[in-house]
Amino acid sequence: MPRKWTGLNLASTSLFFVTLSACLLQVVFTSNMFGVTVKNSGMTGTGTTAGPTKRTHSPMVTGTSVLGVKYNGGVMLAADTLASYGSLARFKDVTRLNAVGDYTILGAGGEFSDFQAIQEILEKMDQEDKNADDGFSHSPAELFNYLRAIFYSKRNKFNPLWNEVLVGGFKDGKAFLGHLDMIGTAFSDEVMATGFGSYLALPIMRKRWHANMTEGEARALLEDCMRVLFYRWGLREGGREGGRQGEGGSDCRALNRIQIAKADASGVLVSQAFTLSTVWDLASFANPKAGMDTDGSW
Amino acid sequence: MGLKPGEVATGTTIMAVEFDGGVVLGADSRTSTGTYVANRVSDKLTALHHHIYCCRSGSAADTQALADYVRYFLASHAIDLGRTPAVYTAAKLMSTLIYRNKDNLLAGVIIGGWDPKDGGQVYTVTLGGTLQRQKFSIGGSGSTYIYGHVDEAFKENMTREECQNFVKKAISHAMARDGSSGGVIRMVTIDKTGVSREFIPGDKLPYGP
Repeated sequence: MPRKWTGLNLASTSLFFVTLSACLLQVVFTSNMFGVTVKNSGMTGTGTTAGPTKRTHSPMVTGTSVLGVKYNGGVMLAADTLASYGSLARFKDVTRLNAVGDYTILGAGGEFSDFQAIQEILEKMDQEDKNADDGFSHSPAELFNYLRAIFYSKRNKFNPLWNEVLVGGFKDGKAFLGHLDMIGTAFSDEVMATGFGSYLALPIMRKRWHANMTEGEARALLEDCMRVLFYRWGLREGGREGGRQGEGGSDCRALNRIQIAKADASGVLVSQAFTLSTVWDLASFANPKAGMDTDGSW
Repeated sequence: MGLKPGEVATGTTIMAVEFDGGVVLGADSRTSTGTYVANRVSDKLTALHHHIYCCRSGSAADTQALADYVRYFLASHAIDLGRTPAVYTAAKLMSTLIYRNKDNLLAGVIIGGWDPKDGGQVYTVTLGGTLQRQKFSIGGSGSTYIYGHVDEAFKENMTREECQNFVKKAISHAMARDGSSGGVIRMVTIDKTGVSREFIPGDKLPYGP
């Protein structure tokens, strides 16, 4: 399971953070609930007035689509390794997929710091399972429901986690794949996608999905869809005003460097990142019909 | 989020690179209030612990307050631990503070340091509180002008000297084009023997102004 940069051992860390969170209570300001509409501030300008405290966040560093598919014997997720800062491709080697416990995988688009917070929440839950040491651990569906409750509760306080999440997993012979958005809408299906993938990739996935897909077919399907997203997902025009529904992914690009996560009977796995091949040298690309005897190329 | 009226910003160029055995951090020295340069020789490289420094960008007040909190917690933590704290701990502390107060802060920070366990490390903490380790990182308003340059000039496994030249050159180029960056280049190199500071005056930059 990818758990990087653990640093210190758990005992001292938890004691330390107990004292830390006590101190942080003084640092965190209380503010009024009735935030003004969020204007996309993007890269900071100088001398702009902030006004009253805004509880609705605007996403800063964002990830784009995550795709998921259930196959015969497991679940697979795919995501690229890009975290954008507005239109800037800021971090080109992030991991937007994670494995939790022995059965669950998840991936998210939207604000990356909120995804990091979600990962911590689920790690805590998994650690409690381990500490109880009673042979039981939360199933993917249970973790999904727990996350849904958190998302909805934060949404009710006008302080959402600005993400669109796919949760997948395989436990006791049953595959699970669910989709959560930032306002707490939760559904589960055989193929799912977040962000722009739900427009571009989902139709392709729905067409090619069948009940007894092998792991190889599932992977090929996901890679093809990620390739299409790389070809066809540029920048959305216009501002991000009212970009709800986890459309925090709409201001960023896609990358052809992707990762796959899978959950099956043998456990969970997040792959290394790899680059997708792309095709640019079709004859009609290389020699477009531009010239004096046509109406030009576009 | 955004600067409050009259608030001072460190319109800035900051940078950090890791090499085998340590890190190099660099920054310009301009602090502006609107168009006026409030401080032309500011020090944006702040010590969090003996072997851990951070580069500050965004609101000067916010980043100073954050650095003070992290320095305080790290000092206490080091006594509890009885040894040097991990660079990751400092980075995680900073990102936790920024994340939990994201509505009230304007702070982008790059943390660089050395610890005996993982050697030289560079961590970026962005405006929303995202924490990401990188081999090198650039930040601040001036960084937008040098993304192309650093993508071209960066090589894997650079030596300490190569890293220092990489930082000096990149920051000079940013200072040459960004109105909110300028002054002198301050550089800090951290390895297991300690911290060494370097100062490049504004008339001796590798490029520009």
